[in-house]
Amino acid sequence: MRFLSSDQFIRRALLVSALSSVAMLALIAIFIFAEGTPVMLRRGIGEFLLGTRWAPTKESFGILPMIVASVCVTLGAMVIAVPLGVACAVFLAEIAPRRVANFVRPAIQLLAGIPSVVFGFVGIVVLVPLIREYLGGPGLSVLAASIILGIMVLPTLISIAEDAIMAVPRTYKEGALALGCTHSQAIRRVILPAARGGIIAAIILGMGRAVGETMAVIMVIGNAVKIPHSPLDPARTLTSNIALEMGYAAGEHQEALFATGVVLFVFIMILNSLASVKLAPTRR
Amino acid sequence: MDSEAKHRVVVSILWAAALLTLGVLAYIIALVLVKGLPVVTPAFLLESPQAMGRAGGIFPTIVGTIALTIVAVLIATPLGVGTAIYLTEYTYENRLTRVIRFGAECLAGIPSIIYGLFGFIFFVIKLKLGWSVLSGGLTLAVMILPTIMRTAEEAIKAVPVSYREASFGAGAGRWQTVTRAVLPSALPGIVTGIVLSVGRSVGETAAVIFTAGSSLHIPTSVFSPTRTMAVHFYILAREGLSMERAYGTAAVLIILILAINTVANGLVLRFQARGG
Repeated sequence: MRFLSSDQFIRRALLVSALSSVAMLALIAIFIFAEGTPVMLRRGIGEFLLGTRWAPTKESFGILPMIVASVCVTLGAMVIAVPLGVACAVFLAEIAPRRVANFVRPAIQLLAGIPSVVFGFVGIVVLVPLIREYLGGPGLSVLAASIILGIMVLPTLISIAEDAIMAVPRTYKEGALALGCTHSQAIRRVILPAARGGIIAAIILGMGRAVGETMAVIMVIGNAVKIPHSPLDPARTLTSNIALEMGYAAGEHQEALFATGVVLFVFIMILNSLASVKLAPTRR
Repeated sequence: MDSEAKHRVVVSILWAAALLTLGVLAYIIALVLVKGLPVVTPAFLLESPQAMGRAGGIFPTIVGTIALTIVAVLIATPLGVGTAIYLTEYTYENRLTRVIRFGAECLAGIPSIIYGLFGFIFFVIKLKLGWSVLSGGLTLAVMILPTIMRTAEEAIKAVPVSYREASFGAGAGRWQTVTRAVLPSALPGIVTGIVLSVGRSVGETAAVIFTAGSSLHIPTSVFSPTRTMAVHFYILAREGLSMERAYGTAAVLIILILAINTVANGLVLRFQARGG
């Protein structure tokens, strides 16, 4: 047996650790797909994705209501998070005095540190009763989930959008101001258009967060398996479907939950790839 | 309206957006602390739960949270820092480094419920580790790996080239340079990444509920099932076992998260001050 010199040994050990994240990603994809795809193929991919009836005890696995619900809460979350998040990003990058920004920025990142179960809990005790009382319906609803998710994705959206705004060359703004624009005209006509790619990436990554969020959504959305017709209807997302039934599922039912995971995984990968394409030019 | 007046309106709207966001944060923290802190007594922290958590304290879940976090950090730190060292000190930008970065980026975007599914099928079932501290810790380790790697890489990149040149000039080898010159200087940045990961592990629910289980016994080894504070809080709130104790558990969680973030921010500031 040939012995490696210690330098070669260290190099190889470091390379192995460097490959660990790629290996883990591959393992995750392989195991989720291996568990999830057989049931999809057996029952028909169309029937699984477009079926509207989810009755695991009667061997009926259609996840269209969950797909629709996930899309709805994600778009609903964006209605709240995009204006608020972009405004906060512009505030931090352009308006806030340095000392204010140095206080606000970590505070917003603290929002990212609050556990999702706590967001869900605040949703149950504050938001759901408010919706039930003033807007009607059971309170547990697509609307409640959208609002909670809208708040939860803010830190992601703000920090990436702020980076994008900061990356706009100073000369753009100075040129606009020299031409007689006010600061807010320069922001709207010059800085935001120049930062557009990064801001869109921030929004897409925010959507990825919203699609994937589980515990907060479970607690406020009501989890009824039907296609929501109004924001006040309860619904069940892909993520909550997995988390609700994973505890007791077995056999084909469990496979169907992994298949739900496959759909979620594909959604997330598409969103992340789109975001990384959008971010690529700003990184150079 | 002239453009100056418009500008003032825009600025006020932007201030309002920032204040609204801070207001939501302050409201959530205040709500949990005001209702939760009265429940948090030494007995609450040091006693075991009774009647599924309707009475008693949360001691076993504190132990479970700490155990899971330690396992996760012990596994993810060498891998993450090793990756960062490899990427910055041992190779040039090439196809492999792009693949590694892409892998870490994808890993960072995967939602925690997918980690939960993976951890369940891989660690719990295939590796036969069962619902255990080890399964949960390994799952969390995979989840926090990208964070540790990215912060370590940034910290190592920020170490001035002159440190390396001086070390090589003094006759040190590459590994000596890394361990004696680069890592000590990058340490606060690396620790920041670890601290942030601890925060994420402490608050995580979806990835641990199907991998560590929900046993209320104090874990005696890495193979025992356990329940973390976040999972306990979720079960208390969702099954309506005890709102009072749910608030108490949430308060402990929030205080921990606040402390962890304060430490991380302090480290970042110190690091920035030193880097100039």
